[in-house]
Amino acid sequence: MHRVVKISKGLNINLKGAPVAEMTSVETAKFYALMPADFTRVTPKVVVKPEDSVKAGDPLFVDKTIPELQFVSPVSGKVVAVNRGERRRVLSVVVESDGKFESVEYKAKDVLSLSSDEIKADLLKAGLFAFMRQRPYDVIADPKDAPRAIYVSAFDSKPLAASFEVALKGNEEDFQTGLDALSRIAPVHLGICACQKSTALLVAKNVTTTIFKGPHPAGNVGVQINKTAPVNKGEIVWTIGAEEVIFIGRLFNRGKIDFTRTIVLAGSEVKNPSYSKVVLGAQLTNLLKGRLEEKNELRIIDGNVLTGKKTTADGFLGAFSTGVTVIPEIMGGDEMLGWAMPRFSMYSTSRSYFSWLFPKRKYAIDARIKGGERHMIMSNEYDKVFPMDIYPEYLLKAIITGNIDKMEQLGIYEVAPEDFALCEFVDSSKLELQRIVREGLDKLRAEMC
Amino acid sequence: MKFLRNYLNKIKPSFEEGGKLHAFRSVFDGFETFLFVPNDTAKSGVNIHDAIDSKRIMSLVVIALIPSLLVGMYNIGLQNALAAGTAATTCWFDMFIYGLLVMLPKIVVSYVVGLGIEFVVAQWKNEEIHEGFLVSGMLIPMIVPVGCPLWILAIATAFAVIFAKEVFGGTGMNIVNVALVARAFIFFAYPSVISGDSVWVATEQVLGFGANAVDGYTCATALQYVANGGEIVGASGAALSVSDMLFGFMPGSIGETSVVAIAIGALILLYTGVASWKTMLSVFVGGIVMIFVFADKLPADMPFWQHLLLGGFCFGAVFMATDPVTSARTEVGKYIYGFGIGAMTILIRVLNPGYPEGMMLAILLMNVTAPFIDYCVVQSNINARAKRLTKKN
Repeated sequence: MHRVVKISKGLNINLKGAPVAEMTSVETAKFYALMPADFTRVTPKVVVKPEDSVKAGDPLFVDKTIPELQFVSPVSGKVVAVNRGERRRVLSVVVESDGKFESVEYKAKDVLSLSSDEIKADLLKAGLFAFMRQRPYDVIADPKDAPRAIYVSAFDSKPLAASFEVALKGNEEDFQTGLDALSRIAPVHLGICACQKSTALLVAKNVTTTIFKGPHPAGNVGVQINKTAPVNKGEIVWTIGAEEVIFIGRLFNRGKIDFTRTIVLAGSEVKNPSYSKVVLGAQLTNLLKGRLEEKNELRIIDGNVLTGKKTTADGFLGAFSTGVTVIPEIMGGDEMLGWAMPRFSMYSTSRSYFSWLFPKRKYAIDARIKGGERHMIMSNEYDKVFPMDIYPEYLLKAIITGNIDKMEQLGIYEVAPEDFALCEFVDSSKLELQRIVREGLDKLRAEMC
Repeated sequence: MKFLRNYLNKIKPSFEEGGKLHAFRSVFDGFETFLFVPNDTAKSGVNIHDAIDSKRIMSLVVIALIPSLLVGMYNIGLQNALAAGTAATTCWFDMFIYGLLVMLPKIVVSYVVGLGIEFVVAQWKNEEIHEGFLVSGMLIPMIVPVGCPLWILAIATAFAVIFAKEVFGGTGMNIVNVALVARAFIFFAYPSVISGDSVWVATEQVLGFGANAVDGYTCATALQYVANGGEIVGASGAALSVSDMLFGFMPGSIGETSVVAIAIGALILLYTGVASWKTMLSVFVGGIVMIFVFADKLPADMPFWQHLLLGGFCFGAVFMATDPVTSARTEVGKYIYGFGIGAMTILIRVLNPGYPEGMMLAILLMNVTAPFIDYCVVQSNINARAKRLTKKN
């Protein structure tokens, strides 16, 4: 039997608009975009011009420091725009699909007969290595490194997140091939949830499977690493999303690039939240058409409520996003003396509100911060939702004060910004913890690398 | 409501940069965010936030203080009547009104001075006003004797807010408890108004309420009688009963006397999770342990739990020791910190010949020690991580 790890600290936020496990067909999007900002660390060098025609798998931009690391077009068609922002920073490369979804042809291969270097080379060429992230620093991995292990979390425990089992249906074989390919590079650790019943997960081969029980953030790969074998200074661990493992499997089984994801559209402002098949980078217009409530001003989130980015109705699906969430921006207009009111309809982990009396009730939460930023006042707020063997408050203070020695000692190599998302949610001082952690990781990387 | 919002929107521009009332921006901001929840939405990181904020937390502490405050006011009137010998003929409501009239100026002075400084600092630093003083401002008048003059209270409050809080960076950054610094300031600068036997009972009429006691009337606190080895008597000269100690009908600092009222506050704080039960419990454990250690130096006929009912022990344990900013912030640290306060309080009470009360000094001392306690706790995590690394190599 697999090892079972129980996680007690954490929090499941019961939000309205959870998806049902049904597929809703969506008209194929016309425009697709790849946004360099999704690939943390990478400085993009654009290798296409507007009007160039590309196939799925042709590079759109490459990394300036590691040029063999390429970021490929998800569809076939022609490049229509390279959007730049301040100081000519590349914001996105947009491709107009020709509707044919033609891929660059690769050879189907038996992965178990390939060497680590051959697999890395194939993944780099096909643009799939771009999805590999590394701890420490939570940045896109460097193919030259030899990781201690590769971690794959097969479930997302964030609120309203997509269920991987829905995405896995029909892709079981590709998923196994993907795991096989990764296992040639380094030992693969697969984290699954106690609630998952799919045989492809339970009997996955060439991996060490661990079952995680407990509330979010049990599904965060960082927590799974910390609970099985924490990252020490000097070690490198790679992480990759479960759906990206399927992309790898498709490459080796069929010799094709196929970035079709099963994404979820959920949230309190979505009519009939459900799943849809969408190619990575797709413009959201068709996905959202006719499916949103119109009572409130809306916040459309590329990703989930805890770690996703605010986008617009004509924005694009991020490279790592497995869903789109729509919540109200401001619900109910100006609120008078809100801090003194019982606020029966609001969710809080604090017992000064009443939501703890109704653990099953589902809440619609808007995007308001509901308070001003303060210094850290309450203690033990973060610890209650942070299951790693780390003192989050002290690590954050070390980051804020820029104390690199302390950051190292307190375990910054083990964390990613997403691990602090729940702390940021419950924080009564309303500090931007994920931003602080990201800046800390960047600063440390600049010092160390 | 709509009208108020529109009015605020109308006058807002004159408080902004370049407006003619810009010098009062922090005051306007303070009132605006007090009246209406700001409609700012998340810019980075999480897209949703918990409904809790520091305004609510601080106001919960103020609510928890109200029972002690009300009993304290009644007790001011009661002690005055007992001192003047009119207790039998004065109705409880008159006593309460008398207490209210004595107490209200103290609360107003504390808030006006403290918040005034907070507004100035917020304006100067271009920050939002912080709520921390809502609690400190209520605590300060509650932990001084009724005889403390307003001007001393004002100086002490100003000293505490500036030198214990603002120089460290405001609410959340202070090392020692602001309200206790105000009290310690009075204790060292004006010892005559916070110790001795002439400040614990109000002896003069206010606006026709209350009664004038005889000239030269004196009455010490229960702890002073314990320290002197005499019988514990109340303002009327009769011995204090246990129920007087429980309900707080005895001379003492205004808010500290009623154990029952403090217990109600403690329940509010513990139920809402604002205060840590770990700290609170450990203070009592530390105190009890020390009472048994010094059993031979304490009055033999006094049961151990009575020591906890007297003086500021309960008030300090519930409202001051649990201040999250100045207490230990790690969970293990809270046990040590709390125990240290309880133990130190009794130690000071027993061994210090000059001053019978120990809670204030014990908490201040442990405030200063708390970062060291946390350092040790966090260091054990650091050591474990370092060990893991060496084991691997």
